Amino acid sequence: MIESLDLLFSASLWAAVLRIATPLIFGVLGALLCERSGVLNLGIEGVMTMGAMSGWLSVFLGSDLWTGLLIAAAAGALIGLLHALLTVPLGLSQHVSGLGITLFASALAYYLYRLIVTVGESPPTIDPFRPLDIPILSDLPFLGPVLFVQTAPTYLALIAVAVIAYVLARTPLGLAIRMTGENPHTVESQGLDPALIRIGCVMAGSALMALGGAFLTTAAFNSFFPEMVQGRGWICIALVVFSSWRPGKALLGALLFAFFDAYQLRLQTVVEGVPYQLFLMAPYILSIVALILVARRAQVPAALMTPYRRGER
Amino acid sequence: MTITTTRRTLMAGAAATLALPAYFRRANAQSALRVAGVHASPVENAWNSRIHLAMQEAAKTGLLEYEFSESVTATDYPRAMREYAEAGMQLIWGESYAVEREAREVATDYAETAFLMGSSGGPQGDNFGVFGTRNHEAAYLAGMLAGTMSDSNVYGSVGGYPIPEVNLLINAFRMGVSEVNPDATFLNGFIGAWFDPARAQEAAVAQIDAGADILFGERIGTADGAQARGVKAIGSLIDYTPRYPDTVFANAIWNYGPTIAAVVADVQADKQVGRDYTEYSFMAHGGNELVYVADMVPADAIPGMEARKKMIEAGVFEVPIDPAEPA
Repeated sequence: MIESLDLLFSASLWAAVLRIATPLIFGVLGALLCERSGVLNLGIEGVMTMGAMSGWLSVFLGSDLWTGLLIAAAAGALIGLLHALLTVPLGLSQHVSGLGITLFASALAYYLYRLIVTVGESPPTIDPFRPLDIPILSDLPFLGPVLFVQTAPTYLALIAVAVIAYVLARTPLGLAIRMTGENPHTVESQGLDPALIRIGCVMAGSALMALGGAFLTTAAFNSFFPEMVQGRGWICIALVVFSSWRPGKALLGALLFAFFDAYQLRLQTVVEGVPYQLFLMAPYILSIVALILVARRAQVPAALMTPYRRGER
Repeated sequence: MTITTTRRTLMAGAAATLALPAYFRRANAQSALRVAGVHASPVENAWNSRIHLAMQEAAKTGLLEYEFSESVTATDYPRAMREYAEAGMQLIWGESYAVEREAREVATDYAETAFLMGSSGGPQGDNFGVFGTRNHEAAYLAGMLAGTMSDSNVYGSVGGYPIPEVNLLINAFRMGVSEVNPDATFLNGFIGAWFDPARAQEAAVAQIDAGADILFGERIGTADGAQARGVKAIGSLIDYTPRYPDTVFANAIWNYGPTIAAVVADVQADKQVGRDYTEYSFMAHGGNELVYVADMVPADAIPGMEARKKMIEAGVFEVPIDPAEPA
């Protein structure tokens, strides 16, 4: 018991929390951006897989890591455009389109990978992002090994939270995005095009999701494997609700989930006699509990999942 | 009469000589067995890659012709089997863990076709053979090498799910460690996924935090955690040393060639394949082996391990099979 509590004070645990949270932060931010403009994007799992594949593949084929991330984001935006075209101008069911996009993008990523990379015994590798060892700061007690020895994409994810939060809350663009998610007619009356805003948000949001996938193949690991996103996208969809569609809370939710995960992996080593499945379940169960506690007060964007048709009342 | 060699006859002779192997290969191909592999995972998955590679090698020697499907989901699995059976495949290789009932139904419907499945159940009828994965002997030997290498005396392992084939492997590794180091203690973590290297890595780091300094990596990703923290790891099924040269010092390799040779021989001899082919994964048949980097292990650990290996190969020593979930 004491050992389990001791774990909470180890810097290694909290460093793991940030590592595990990074793909979730990208994913939940992306999903949040889409939903704030009124479009549910269940294509997330596929977009993350596509991001994981394209980011890795471009580095494998010779580009540098940052270009790899850029290409991953572009690939994500492209898949996002497809989802946006289906759901915004065509006004199709966002659920059906999103799930279709997940199936399509996962399969496409796998297919492209197979076309280009020859099958070997273990998947080929790239030289991934290494943990930065930020001088002076990384020597700080406790905080140093937690905050200042992460890989570059982790910092990018944290910066993205601040940027999205600022844009949504403090800029005219953010106001337009939020209004599109609440009442697109008002946006139209201001002379703005809600359809364009939605398409833009879905593309930008998908680009963020793809970065989350790319983190898995360019920082957390150094190979691509078709099934490696492992449901992280679905967790992000739930985390958006947990966050009540606010970027700050989204970060908190991602960290909370990652904390449960990092903690259970450590509990498996100190607590005996408990089936390991219970530990594996813990992050999900606790997330559901948190969701129940928080979601009651969640403010859903009023026009979420409602297609906007000009002139329709 | 004098034999004169013109450039033309020389060329013709050379061409004929060069074409000879092709002729033999064609003659061989007529007797090559038509085999279809139905993989439930991508063929890069370590386990599948061993089979895939062995099949490709067998195809190269002319023993069989190999076609395959990969990432076949459970709902699609019987359909894929049926399609290959309809296409006249003589042997269908697969993994029926998630589709035991359906796969057996297909085998009943195609009595003329031979089936060999990785399975948790036993063989069925005349044409449904099964095999288990056994590289536990090599894992035991890897444990013997590792037994003297830990400073903390804590040994970790990261597995996918606690199914018998994973459990017996981890347990065999532990028994090997304990044979040379009775005071060793063990940690284990399951990640609840067959391919989540990021998570396997986090599980490895968690065990290193808890004191482990040698990790048995049943799952890919384990060695990444070891590498990041500068401790040593052991690979399973495939040779991970080229991927982690300073980290992985030993690998419990699984060789599927002997199983393929056995089942192909049975089919060609018109013998029933409805039997258990697990034995061909044992060391006595060359079905598993330990590959290690001698420079990375203490020299005095090697003779004991090699002696044990000889005893296993000779059938004098049997590595116990313990399918219970490791604590």
